[in-house]
Amino acid sequence: MSDFSLDDFRLDARSALVTGAGRGIGLAVAKGLAAAGAKVTLAARTCDEVKAAAKDIQHQGGDADFIDLDVLDHDAVCKFINGAPVFDILVNNAGTNRPAPFLEVEPEDYDAIFNLNVRSAFFVAQAVASRLVALNKGGSIINMSSQMGHVGAARRSVYCGSKHAMEGWSKAMAIELGPHNIRVNTVCPTFIETPMTKPFFEDEGFRNDVLSRIHLGRIGQMKDVVGAVVYLASAASSLVTGSALKVDGGWTAD
Amino acid sequence: MLGLFQLEGKNALVTGAARGIGKGIAEGLAAAGAAVTLVDLNQKQSSEAASAIKKSGGNAVGAALDVRDLDAMGAFVEDNAPFDILVNNAGVNRMRDVLDFAPTDYDAIFDINARAAFFLSQHVARKLIDCGSGGSIINISSQMGQVGGARRALYCGSKHAIEGFTKAMAIELGPHKIRVNTICPTFIETELAKQFLDDPDFRADVERRICLGRIGNTDDIAAAAVYLASPASSLVTGAAIKVDGGWTAE
Repeated sequence: MSDFSLDDFRLDARSALVTGAGRGIGLAVAKGLAAAGAKVTLAARTCDEVKAAAKDIQHQGGDADFIDLDVLDHDAVCKFINGAPVFDILVNNAGTNRPAPFLEVEPEDYDAIFNLNVRSAFFVAQAVASRLVALNKGGSIINMSSQMGHVGAARRSVYCGSKHAMEGWSKAMAIELGPHNIRVNTVCPTFIETPMTKPFFEDEGFRNDVLSRIHLGRIGQMKDVVGAVVYLASAASSLVTGSALKVDGGWTAD
Repeated sequence: MLGLFQLEGKNALVTGAARGIGKGIAEGLAAAGAAVTLVDLNQKQSSEAASAIKKSGGNAVGAALDVRDLDAMGAFVEDNAPFDILVNNAGVNRMRDVLDFAPTDYDAIFDINARAAFFLSQHVARKLIDCGSGGSIINISSQMGQVGGARRALYCGSKHAIEGFTKAMAIELGPHKIRVNTICPTFIETELAKQFLDDPDFRADVERRICLGRIGNTDDIAAAAVYLASPASSLVTGAAIKVDGGWTAE
């Protein structure tokens, strides 16, 4: 008989770092990892939010901590990660978008998006992986990409570029870190209903267009992303690396 | 949290379920709470596999069927309660140099790997739509559905075909809440793979190309199937989950 059991999805005794954990997808992921048994550190610049979220997780019986961290600050990132207990799981979730027509994108927009979505995420992953390698421990790095890491979309040239970049270096990291038993994968959500995206969906034209492309006929919910992250963080996916898990209701199948 | 991955009350059909990956998937789905029907050409082995699941507390039944017999498969689906979960796992491989393949090889591989999976999906989906219920169809593809491999031209072709029709089915069946995805394993330790993996040079080459440095086991695939069958993946359709230790990242 197989050794598989549902407990393979549990994360007991695992330590996780989630960036951009103050709200939205990052917050939901942090709560999901804690519910699966992990000790979670929530990182964000919005200290009040992560502090409240960590307290909330603790109230529900989970193990959580928080850190006021700007992932754009490379020195601060290295200092924090090198000083903290090792993280077995990293969810590189902090990211941003500035939708604009291609012809109107300014270098300042480009830099804001690439510095956070690509550069910061790359070096947070490097810092976490360096610790794991030094301690001879395996781990799971989950980069929050997007369906826009696989296709293009109007008004999203810079965002698409940044998420395609993340897809590229995730595969390269998977190859280099595989021998150390550190897995690197991406999660590629479609549009997810969060406090940040809620105003977009009040525009009926936009909502209908999105719904026509998500073949399952509903906007994504944060729990859809949580399921994918828990799978990729857990032993259930222990042979999965260099993969992109699309959570897009069929958007990119078209 | 684990409730998201549970399959209580779900009815699953797994083809090629008597041995290897199919057996592992059937056991995994049963461990997650599904009632599993194990279909295989071999009557004795499919009922033995089902009995083993029952002995460990699961809900399983074996059936001897040839997936190439489209009418028989259609009738079987018609006669049973709707399958909320279908795992199209039955498959074959014949390895030859590309110049040596004969039309009989082509037919043997494509009839099972592509044609049988296509029409079983059609039967299961039709019944789900008639009953107004959603479902999850999981097609066992391969890393060879993403890349090429020497002496595997027809196998690669058949698995790429699965990847193609899976995406198209996902688009058409999405409005009916039927999800369609693939799992793409690398080399897995099974009796069937033993013939290759017993060759130390071949094994070393495979281990070198799997960046995580180990050959897969059937539990790796069972876990991916449970994820794709469960509510945890309820927004995932038209996707391919690669369980290849990084093989195709390179």
